[in-house]
Amino acid sequence: MDVLELARVQYALTTIFHFFFVPLSIGTIFIVAIFETMYLFKKKAEYLRMAKFWGKIFLLSFAIGVVTGILQEFQFGMNWSEYSRFMGDVFGAPLAVEALLAFFMESTFIGIWMFGRGKLPDWVITVSAWLVSIGTLLSALWILAANSFMQEPVGFEIQDGKAVLTDFMALLTNPQLQVEFPHTVFGALATGAFVIGGISAYNLLKKKDVEFFKTSFNVSMIVAAIASLAIAFSGHAQAKHLMDSQPMKMAASEALWDDSEDPAAWTILAIGDQQEEKNTWNIDLPFALSYLAYGEFSGSVEGMKTLQAKYEEKYGEGVDYIPPVWPVFWSFRIMAGFGGVMLVLSILGLWFGNRRKGILATPKWFLRTMMFAMAAPFIANTAGWIMTEIGRQPWTVFGYYTTAQSVSPNVSMGQLLFSTISFSTAYVILAIIMIYMVARVAKQGPSIIDTAPKQEKVDLMDKEAFK
Amino acid sequence: MDLTVFWFILIAVLFTGFFFLEGFDFGVGMSTRLIAKNKNERNQLMSTIGPFWDANEVWLITAGGALFAAFPSWYATMFSGYYTLFVIFLLVLIARGVAIEYSHHTHTDKYINYWHWLIFGSSALAPFLLGMLFTSLVQGMPIDKDMHLFGTFTDYVNVYSVVGGVAVMLLSLVHGLTFIGIRTEGVVRERARQMLSKLFIVLLAGEVVFAVLTYTSTDFFTVRPVATPVFLAITVACTLLAWAFATKKKESIAFTMTGLAFASVVIMLFVGLFPRVMISSIDPAFNLTIDNASSGDYTLSVMTKISVVLLPFVLGYQIWSYYIFRKRIHPTKK
Repeated sequence: MDVLELARVQYALTTIFHFFFVPLSIGTIFIVAIFETMYLFKKKAEYLRMAKFWGKIFLLSFAIGVVTGILQEFQFGMNWSEYSRFMGDVFGAPLAVEALLAFFMESTFIGIWMFGRGKLPDWVITVSAWLVSIGTLLSALWILAANSFMQEPVGFEIQDGKAVLTDFMALLTNPQLQVEFPHTVFGALATGAFVIGGISAYNLLKKKDVEFFKTSFNVSMIVAAIASLAIAFSGHAQAKHLMDSQPMKMAASEALWDDSEDPAAWTILAIGDQQEEKNTWNIDLPFALSYLAYGEFSGSVEGMKTLQAKYEEKYGEGVDYIPPVWPVFWSFRIMAGFGGVMLVLSILGLWFGNRRKGILATPKWFLRTMMFAMAAPFIANTAGWIMTEIGRQPWTVFGYYTTAQSVSPNVSMGQLLFSTISFSTAYVILAIIMIYMVARVAKQGPSIIDTAPKQEKVDLMDKEAFK
Repeated sequence: MDLTVFWFILIAVLFTGFFFLEGFDFGVGMSTRLIAKNKNERNQLMSTIGPFWDANEVWLITAGGALFAAFPSWYATMFSGYYTLFVIFLLVLIARGVAIEYSHHTHTDKYINYWHWLIFGSSALAPFLLGMLFTSLVQGMPIDKDMHLFGTFTDYVNVYSVVGGVAVMLLSLVHGLTFIGIRTEGVVRERARQMLSKLFIVLLAGEVVFAVLTYTSTDFFTVRPVATPVFLAITVACTLLAWAFATKKKESIAFTMTGLAFASVVIMLFVGLFPRVMISSIDPAFNLTIDNASSGDYTLSVMTKISVVLLPFVLGYQIWSYYIFRKRIHPTKK
């Protein structure tokens, strides 16, 4: 393994780890803000308890999201200095706006939301919760604008070997962002909803705090169902868009070596060889790829060999433009598969939660499934990013800058090993602590927020106080 | 004004704001093991920065983002060149952020104690590392003609950079103690005052050593023969004033003065750097400057407009949040 590969491994580890907490935070604070609003209008103490209880999960997640996010920002300069030099003019702007617009808003209003209750009117607390939620969404918008540029560069020109921004608004109207942003954000909302739903299901299974978890479950399933539907639609739009913007990624995600027939069949499963550039075994679903690519049941799709020839003509010979096919192929299926499971489960959840028989009549197998389904959005999110980022290889900025060009030339193997090992160790420790803390909150239930220590004034004349 | 100059100033302002704000919460973090004697006192101290520390840290993230956007090559050279230092710094920030937040959600005394030790250690190390970063940076680093920094151990760790690290750590601690003076009631407030009265002597000695080493280790007295000594003098003067006011229990003024002392050091460093952003010890021709490290005019003008619109709001609600949580934190007893 060389510096480039290790830097890629570290980038993947950091991004994947960071992106466990990002969608969880975005999703949970959105639902917390809903409970804050319900409390504001209905004045039922139970809704306040829900906001506080689920707010705890949000805070646990947000803390790790922030610290790993700093790592994510610094990593561009540390491991990918040449990329930063090439792209800084374009990439830095959304990143700086993200900090200025979103990070300040999140961090300040989290403070007000956490510590301001009792000091400020309830509506200010509710608005603060929404401002945190909007902050997380704005943050997603800007960082995805930066990522979309890497997938589909727009609004710039190359000057002296560097990308120079010429149209800032083009970053925001980037067609890739139009499909990537809703897909990612709805994925995040579903993540929060499934975690809240899963913890509720666990407690419903134990018949603990039934009213509390029933409402939580039902609200989360509404969010989960709407989000899962939106994920499917935006995902389909993204696949269609991929045909125009990055046909190679599309072909790789289908393990399509040669041009397809017309209409194109969709390869459900396949086994093959990247070196020999062929599949040895596959199951096909007729017409389906044409639909996926064009939204209709006809049309041929170009294979990777054809695209390689085309790319060689366009970008120069001597480079393998075919990304690692199998990670892309399988991550696409894992993402779509778990997305489908989430859609089915959330609709079932809505139905079981609102039956006249009452929520306790819900079959145990379903509640148990919902507990395990907490993992589903995390797997789908991760798989989605693996597909997006590995599928873009060998490029960092599609068509303009390769990953091999991007890596820092002055960072040694020893330094990278040191950072990779220490960061990975930190991730493992953080993951263990996080899971332990969330599990404790989930097990104890809402009583955990009722037992918070109350502040008492101390008698200043008390001898003990001056010991 | 040239936009590159404007962005250099803005980045200097962001770093100054960061040290002014996060400086005191680093100091509060350190003081948890210095002036608090039990869990409740430590909690009381941490409550003083509870609603603020996260937003304070965003000043650093924003400074980093602005560096990336306005001076990509500065960002690229510094972050890759200071690789090991940043790895340690990031680990420290991770530990600190998680410890502060998770200590709220922990109920066992033993584990709360672990979190508090982490808060103490990370709050001391973080300003030390940043001090090292900036003092070694202004001495000049081996940067080649392609803007790549290949440093050796002594480029990062030397007498001046260690003194710089200790100075920033001490400034943070003193600034944190004056902040505790305005934000707490009871025994910790008294202990903070007692500790301050001893620390000011140490800090003043440190500032003098720092000033002498700045004279011997950098070219700041040559390139800025007026500004450098003036800002160093302001630092010492503000420290003396802070000492006087702290003794008289005029805590708000003392806090302002320690903040100004801190800010003055940071401003001195940025003024001395200008118009360079990274100094090459190999050849002055290899220096990174606001011209050869910057983004294009279009990007800078777009970001200028955006930040001019957004900054007043950011400052507005941050000040508002300090106003909301202005009351003194009283000691707790279980």
